[in-house]
Amino acid sequence: MENHFEMGLDALRQKILVMASRAETAVNESVQALVHRDYDLAVRVREDDNIIDQFEVEIDEMAIVLLTKAPLASNLRLITVAMKVSQNLERIGDEATKIAKRARDLAQEPPVKINLDVTRMASLSLAMVKDALDAFVHRDSTAARALIPRDKEVDALNKQIHQQLAEHMMLNPDTIARCLHWIVASKSLERIADHAKNIAEEVVYLCEAQDIRHTLGKPSAAPS
Amino acid sequence: MPKLNVPEAKATSSAAASLIHIEQLSLYYGASKALKNISLTLDEKVVTAFIGPSGCGKSTLLRCLNRMNDLIDNVRIEGGIKIGGHDIYDKAVDVIELRKRVGMVFQKSNPFPKSIYENVAYGLRLHGSKNKSELDGVVEQSLRSAALWDEVKDRLHSSALGLSGGQQQRLCIARAIAIKPEIILMDEPASALDPIATTRIEELILELKQDFTIVIVTHNMQQAARISDQTAFFYIGELIEFDSTTKIFTNPSKKQTEDYVTGRFG
Repeated sequence: MENHFEMGLDALRQKILVMASRAETAVNESVQALVHRDYDLAVRVREDDNIIDQFEVEIDEMAIVLLTKAPLASNLRLITVAMKVSQNLERIGDEATKIAKRARDLAQEPPVKINLDVTRMASLSLAMVKDALDAFVHRDSTAARALIPRDKEVDALNKQIHQQLAEHMMLNPDTIARCLHWIVASKSLERIADHAKNIAEEVVYLCEAQDIRHTLGKPSAAPS
Repeated sequence: MPKLNVPEAKATSSAAASLIHIEQLSLYYGASKALKNISLTLDEKVVTAFIGPSGCGKSTLLRCLNRMNDLIDNVRIEGGIKIGGHDIYDKAVDVIELRKRVGMVFQKSNPFPKSIYENVAYGLRLHGSKNKSELDGVVEQSLRSAALWDEVKDRLHSSALGLSGGQQQRLCIARAIAIKPEIILMDEPASALDPIATTRIEELILELKQDFTIVIVTHNMQQAARISDQTAFFYIGELIEFDSTTKIFTNPSKKQTEDYVTGRFG
């Protein structure tokens, strides 16, 4: 039988999942608005960002109340990790808002004639967010560790898009303002993958009590 | 009596109805003033924790709520306490009836040297109940409410003294709720128990608040944080702060409260 404290932890987990779903939707819709030049959708994504912000505040409040009840060991880690996960989700929401802002501005300008792999980059970043959240829900540190290197693929795509846009701007100076919007949007997608990676690192801490942040390539990053 | 300028404390977070009104209550043990002008309103069907260092008056105040202090010589009280609007210190009040409405569980479990069944049925028999099927029903219901039924249903007629400490304490809670009080006072009910038995008592308190108003004295800060909705902090006979438990443990208004809950004194 679940006790009242465990019910409180469950409520915290549920709230994070609802927040995650909101953040994923925001990223999805902002990319749709960008790719399909949908002004109205871009405006809506921006307006909805305060809902995600509010989730972060509420999750922190729930976590603080749970912390006063003196949780220990894995429960203590779960609550502190929940606060960090929600912070990363809030930042993902912010990145979606940035993409939506650029999508809104680009929708009012003629399209830039360039073939960018933004959709693939978005799907890679979103898949990382989803897998990081799944690893959190299932407390699966193996899955969390497995997704961390995928960030490199997103970084590479961002670099490639950046180069394409730089070349395009040199050849077509009249498109510079519009290309800069695309550079910002691409950077935001790259940041979303970074946040997914952060969440995955927190899941490893949750499951293994081992802090693997900033240890890439060092021996201590391996599971004990 | 001169009018004292002591604002009545009231927790801010609860929307529940008020049940207990403590009004400028002072209590003297002989010449020594143990409680100093306490004003406090407690809501019904919530858990209120009284915290504070030893000698701060929290147990004394708890005992005022069912007039247990009447049993101590040289105790004198000023001010008053109303429960459900009625002054419990009125001369017309039947103290036995009051203690039926305001039950109590003590720090050390104190089952009678009788069977488990008889311990729970004792109060009912005392109040004249003789119908066996009625007694059976209340005993079962009380033991279920105290989360003890499954552990003792096959040995109801064995001695209560054979139960573990945690079970004995839950038996005392079953005995208290058998006579259907409105309020249950608990004076450090889990302080003599191991962590597992303590968790069971805490879970039980959280279940019981659906039906009862609970006031608990505890020295365990985390216990107060886990189980109570409102917390009152006392120091040397004075009420220092009363607020929602979340407020007391995350952002108390008074430095003294913060120093106590963070273990800097007491």
